[in-house]
Amino acid sequence: MNAKKLTLGGMGAAVFATLFTAVPVAAQENYMFLPSLVYRTGAYAPNGVPFANGYADYIALVNARGGVNGIKIKLTECETGYKTDVGVECYEKLKNEGPAGATVFNPLSTGITYQLIEKTWVDKVPVHSMGYGRTAAADGRVFKWTFNFPTSYWSQASAVIKYIGAQEGGMDKLKGKKITHVYHNSAYGKEANPTLKILAKKFGFKLNLLPVDHPGQEQKATWLQVRRIKPDWIFMSGWGVMNQVAIKEAAAINFPMEKFIGNWWSSTESDVVPAGDSAIGYKGTAFHGAGANWPVFDAIKKEVYGAGKGAGPIEGVGEVLYNRGLINTVYTTEAMRTAMAKFGNKALSGEEVRWGLENLNLTAARLDELGLGGFANPIKISCRDHETNGPVRIQQWDGKKWVVVSDWITPMADVVRPMIEKAAMAYAKEKKVPVRKCDGTD
Amino acid sequence: MFYREAGQFKTGYAADQAIFPILQDRLFVIAVLAFAFVVVPLTANDYWFQAILTPFLVYALTALGLNILTGYAGQISLGTGGFMAVGAYSFYKLTTGFPEMNLIVAFLIAGCFSAAVGVVFGLPSLRIKGFYLAVATLAAQFFLVWLFNKVGWFYNYNPSGTIDAPPREMFGVLVTGAAAKPAVKYLAALSMLTVFALLTKNLVRSAVGRSWMAIRDMDIAAEIIGIRPLRTKLLAFAISSFVVGIAGAELFALHLGSVETIAFDVTLSFNILFMIIIGGLGSVMGSIMGAAFLVLMPIALTNLLVGGFGMQATSAKHLEFMVLGALIIFFLIVEPHGLARLWQIAKDKLRLWPFPH
Repeated sequence: MNAKKLTLGGMGAAVFATLFTAVPVAAQENYMFLPSLVYRTGAYAPNGVPFANGYADYIALVNARGGVNGIKIKLTECETGYKTDVGVECYEKLKNEGPAGATVFNPLSTGITYQLIEKTWVDKVPVHSMGYGRTAAADGRVFKWTFNFPTSYWSQASAVIKYIGAQEGGMDKLKGKKITHVYHNSAYGKEANPTLKILAKKFGFKLNLLPVDHPGQEQKATWLQVRRIKPDWIFMSGWGVMNQVAIKEAAAINFPMEKFIGNWWSSTESDVVPAGDSAIGYKGTAFHGAGANWPVFDAIKKEVYGAGKGAGPIEGVGEVLYNRGLINTVYTTEAMRTAMAKFGNKALSGEEVRWGLENLNLTAARLDELGLGGFANPIKISCRDHETNGPVRIQQWDGKKWVVVSDWITPMADVVRPMIEKAAMAYAKEKKVPVRKCDGTD
Repeated sequence: MFYREAGQFKTGYAADQAIFPILQDRLFVIAVLAFAFVVVPLTANDYWFQAILTPFLVYALTALGLNILTGYAGQISLGTGGFMAVGAYSFYKLTTGFPEMNLIVAFLIAGCFSAAVGVVFGLPSLRIKGFYLAVATLAAQFFLVWLFNKVGWFYNYNPSGTIDAPPREMFGVLVTGAAAKPAVKYLAALSMLTVFALLTKNLVRSAVGRSWMAIRDMDIAAEIIGIRPLRTKLLAFAISSFVVGIAGAELFALHLGSVETIAFDVTLSFNILFMIIIGGLGSVMGSIMGAAFLVLMPIALTNLLVGGFGMQATSAKHLEFMVLGALIIFFLIVEPHGLARLWQIAKDKLRLWPFPH
């Protein structure tokens, strides 16, 4: 080792280090930082792209109108490819960006959510896994930093069974019926299974669980089993390419489409369009509207796309997953507004936005004001309940668009909530997490 | 000029057999270790620890394990992901079943389970070779991942099938779980890599290592000179799987914190294989360099393109795939024996520098 080699090495190390260092923010600006973990590449990109576009466009609209109470939001995308380790890398990179750190993370992946849940306790950033992730996180007493409203996989499964019961002419008619759950063989797909098992016992229907391995391009074996079982109804928890293949396979065995119900991640345009006419009649659940028939979409087309700031093609505005990205940011920005009522109009930290999420009260009147009347259900979050057992609607594909065919179906909170609390308490015990009293002191 | 061993005389067997016989090499390695153990923990931030350094150390250990099998003993394996899963799930069962267990013991037992499974799946190597063996180990990959997904006992029957690293202490310091300090996890991974790199280096210079290389270079000749293929090959499988299993437990407990079986799918096995091919087959240094290349290069490229040039995250990702592919091909054309060989050539050149002859 000598001076020259040391200098050279030092310089090399410095160059190397800058490659891994996030670019510092120029000057102390007053804005809130919102990270967006997207997957515009990889096997799940057809689903990830519209969601990311809706997410970005609504924030662009809010910014075009001056931000949340005058504070603008800076959105930075980080590409995860739906891979958990890359998601963690994104999280680590983005959690401290912006003047007050990241406000809230929406990973759009159950796998990444599982990774982040415990990290966020230490970093004091909330995770809002909207309708995905760990269902037990609905118990805010244990999962202080995690939210999964407006509804969860367990609530959804009970609502679907309720819908099937209604179609059969009463819950007592479910006895002896055969219901099959076709699911993505991952943490995500398995989430609904415990609820379905309990409901099967309760209502006396016969439940078959058929896993499909990632990514789900090959499902012949699964559908051979379906043919053998001859189920009365099929419920599916799929994601990405798995959905369209399943719909094609179901059509190939002449399964009646109106008795085939996908969960909210399995009822999007990219699932049914590739299956063509055979997908007509296929049903799915949703916790928000489909299509672009609300004033907010006109505003986005005019103020965001009109100004050339749209994140995707304008035809994509109003797709199911686009709308889901949009409602996600509506919840986020309304939570920020709620938090500002307490902490003042400033760049909020993750901790403050967490308070906003927990005290969010999105009324029907406020939804109307946002140009989203009837688009989603009003919602009120509390310290105990980070999920609210929100209702879902059933929508059906008519070959051109998704049509809502049911009223809001309220999940069986009497079945689901005790399960959630039991799972959360077991988790708290295993991980030695303090349980909050929820009396306003913690 | 500065890197020259002139004047360094070996006066005993110990000096002759040293791992780094040249003084400059020794100093360099000591400096690197001191830097990694002392300077880095004091200066690096969370992002460096959690997103860059810990995964790099974990993958380096995995590559080291696979290099024992593929690089030294010449047995191609595509079951690395499966063996890592054995390590991770054993570690989970051990730490949740016996909360008081010392973490070092838990890591070692997890490695032993993986070694046992490795021996079972190594049995076909006595009859089949080359690509056919790769296919047989691929069966291990798919079977093991399927098993951990299917049998609820492995993930304590939790509904999602995901395993979470429980918070466990060692010497009064939290090492696993989310509340553990990133620097502690880094030091744990670094210590294990250092220990296993040293052990491996010594192992491959021993009679066992020589018999592995004899089997690799020509198994019939090796058998004729008295090396027993059964013992040698299975030993390679056992030791390799042992190290890979410990790396799998590290990936779970120190890096990711919570995993489902998809984290151990076949792409992981391929990635590890690429690491040792790019780094250099049959080289301890190569395993580490290969892991560095495949773990750090994508992150560096993304940060350079997005942070440096302000590119969209998605376009950067697409470009990253292309650049990484091009770099891999470039390195393999320039030096088919991997980065370790490049390093060797650089050292040889340095010896003569600044005189060309």
